Amino acid sequence: MAVLEINNLHAEVAEEDGETILQGVNLEVESGEIHALMGPNGSGKSTTAKIIAGHPAYKVTDGEVLIHLEDDEFGEDFEIPEDLRTWNLLDLEPNERAALGIFLGFQYPAEIEGVTMVNFLRTALNAKLEEREELFEDEDEEAESEGGDTNEDAAGYDTSPMEGNVEEGEIGVAEFQEILQEKMEQLDMDERFASRYLNAGFSGGEKKQNEVLQAAILEPSIAVLDEIDSGLDIDRLQDVSNGINALRDEQGAGILQITHYQRILDYVEPDHVHVMLDGQIAKSGGPELAEQLEDEGYDWVREEAYEAA
Amino acid sequence: MSSDQDHLKETDTEARFEFKKEEKSAFEAEKGLTEETVRVISEDKDEPEWMLQRRLRALKQFQEMPMPEGWPGAPDLSEVDIEDIVPYIRPDIETRGGAESWEDLPEEIQDTFDKLGIPEAEKNALSGVGAQYESEIVYQNMQERWEEKGVIFCDMDKAVQEHEDLVKEHFMTKCVPPSDNKFAALHGAVWSGGSFVYIPEDTTVEMPVQAYFRMNSEGMGQFEHTLIIAEDNSEVHYIEGCSAPKYSAFNLHSGGVEVFVGENAHVQYSTVQNWSKNTYNLNTKRAICEADGTMEWVSGSMGSKATMLYPSTVLKGPGATDNHITIAMAGEGQDIDTGAKVYHNAPETKSTIESKSIAKDGGRTNYRGLVHIADGAENSSTSVECDALMFDNESTSDTMPYMEIQESKVDVAHEATVGKIGDEDVFYLQSRGLDDDDAKQMIVAGFIEPITEELPIEYAVELNRLIELEMEGSLG
Repeated sequence: MAVLEINNLHAEVAEEDGETILQGVNLEVESGEIHALMGPNGSGKSTTAKIIAGHPAYKVTDGEVLIHLEDDEFGEDFEIPEDLRTWNLLDLEPNERAALGIFLGFQYPAEIEGVTMVNFLRTALNAKLEEREELFEDEDEEAESEGGDTNEDAAGYDTSPMEGNVEEGEIGVAEFQEILQEKMEQLDMDERFASRYLNAGFSGGEKKQNEVLQAAILEPSIAVLDEIDSGLDIDRLQDVSNGINALRDEQGAGILQITHYQRILDYVEPDHVHVMLDGQIAKSGGPELAEQLEDEGYDWVREEAYEAA
Repeated sequence: MSSDQDHLKETDTEARFEFKKEEKSAFEAEKGLTEETVRVISEDKDEPEWMLQRRLRALKQFQEMPMPEGWPGAPDLSEVDIEDIVPYIRPDIETRGGAESWEDLPEEIQDTFDKLGIPEAEKNALSGVGAQYESEIVYQNMQERWEEKGVIFCDMDKAVQEHEDLVKEHFMTKCVPPSDNKFAALHGAVWSGGSFVYIPEDTTVEMPVQAYFRMNSEGMGQFEHTLIIAEDNSEVHYIEGCSAPKYSAFNLHSGGVEVFVGENAHVQYSTVQNWSKNTYNLNTKRAICEADGTMEWVSGSMGSKATMLYPSTVLKGPGATDNHITIAMAGEGQDIDTGAKVYHNAPETKSTIESKSIAKDGGRTNYRGLVHIADGAENSSTSVECDALMFDNESTSDTMPYMEIQESKVDVAHEATVGKIGDEDVFYLQSRGLDDDDAKQMIVAGFIEPITEELPIEYAVELNRLIELEMEGSLG
């Protein structure tokens, strides 16, 4: 169980005289919940998502982004000390945030030539597990482990230079293949995906499917999905939606679903719907709010917000 | 012949050694590369007269030729003082075994071996200590396996003695004559060591022929010569050097590579080299490809202060094919000027050039290429693709593709991209759990993947590791 808590978040574009984009965002997402974040273009939805993940293009001027973890968040064997159950994400590097269970599904994921899906995903998973160990290590253990690493390095490779260092606790190639295959079957993905280069030459739909696959493998506590429904045909929309539901139902992830359209919410039913306007959450409600937005647009929310102010 | 030379011939080995020692200081005092130096090298190797004469002719050409000048954007070679080369040649011969001991190697190189995770024994072999023994084993194994098929793989100095006719016919005559350029001429005068590979007709050597320890075991790899002769319908993959950095006391490396690809033969020449950062790496590599033959150059150029290297292929017979895949990486203070040259001299010839370069910390990479399609080489095609990746705004990357097309019925394609390593790409990988360094490394590994997939796994792994080290900046 984890809770993502955004308090009074203010942010601007990270350059001189950068435009102010967020003006006091407050939001709380618990694992096991699905939140839809809606709003017109330019209202700050994607910025919020990127700041949660640590994108360097934005500067936070006020507020905090916290994650609260229960002691069993990373499995029964991983006990989180009491004093390390709350973290301010804004103090952490993007990869450290990933290690604490944050996942960002990109609207336009990068294409990385030459890096196969299977190699990338295994590396990412291992990096995340290792970073997690490091974040929660107490100082005594840290000293001990660093000593161990040094010895390992000095010994060089054990058998052959070709196999590289397989460190303890790492997921090996064969084991990972099985995990990957299983997840791809669940998402109805062609097994050839595994050997393709990361997003290179993928269709829009394939990229979105790939984002969900990555989430399924990295098992985040909180997944922020930025317009993962855009550019999908109906079949693919269903596949992606099934994947998102599985993230919640099978892995207990909390989902923050950023979208323009009601369409995906027919398949991924939100517990909460938020409307963002001008860098703030202007209104929150249940699934019925999304339907109302579909019918009536955003203007009425804007008017309501003015009146309240 | 001078009386000194006569004297040399008459004395026994030990006395000759003494002679050399005595002469050493005199050589050092002398300015420029002299005839005497060349004679002593040849004498030391007990070479036939014709080789001595070739060396002397090359020397004369070297002395007459100007430094490569007037090339746009050429690396600065003003530090390469020919006057300084001579004193270096002598110790080269005397310290045949490479470094005396592990401790004598520069810290930078020791550090690299450590980081590569190479065990002590291997380090010693690679650094030249005791490598003579090791390398002979390598040669031995190869011979036993292939000698009954007539395959020859041996040291170039030995080839001059034992396969004199083949060497005499091919050595710096038709492929890389000393007149090619100033450093080819220098090479012709003072060359030493290297590999000789001969594959008879209709013979396929399935495993790669590797000169893994050779460069270092010789300890005189500064002017090594590689001669590969692949007769009609033969096939061989030759891999030179290894990713282990070559220690060098000298600041100039000027190797020569000649490859003869017979009709319908197939030669792949792969090299992964990492030079110390005080080295000027100025080489001449060329292949001549007969009808329907295929030549493939795969090279990774790392290290060095400045590199000028443009492997070239002459597509002499109809239907001949040439493929180039090169990768270069330049860090702080480095100028890596590499590329490819292809001469389409017959119809139906094909070439592809794929060049990848990485520049960081103010380093410079340049692709310099020449594709020449001769009048009458109809239905030939060429495709050139250059991709440069830059890490920061201080680094530079240039692309200088020259195309000389004298035939109209041809297909020519050129494509160049220069990109800065993308913040969005790095962030994407970071958001998946990779730290900043690992993310960049993964992007670079992907960028050079076309090279690594062409190499046997151990070279690919070590190439990746070397790049990893370069990216940590740990080689200084």
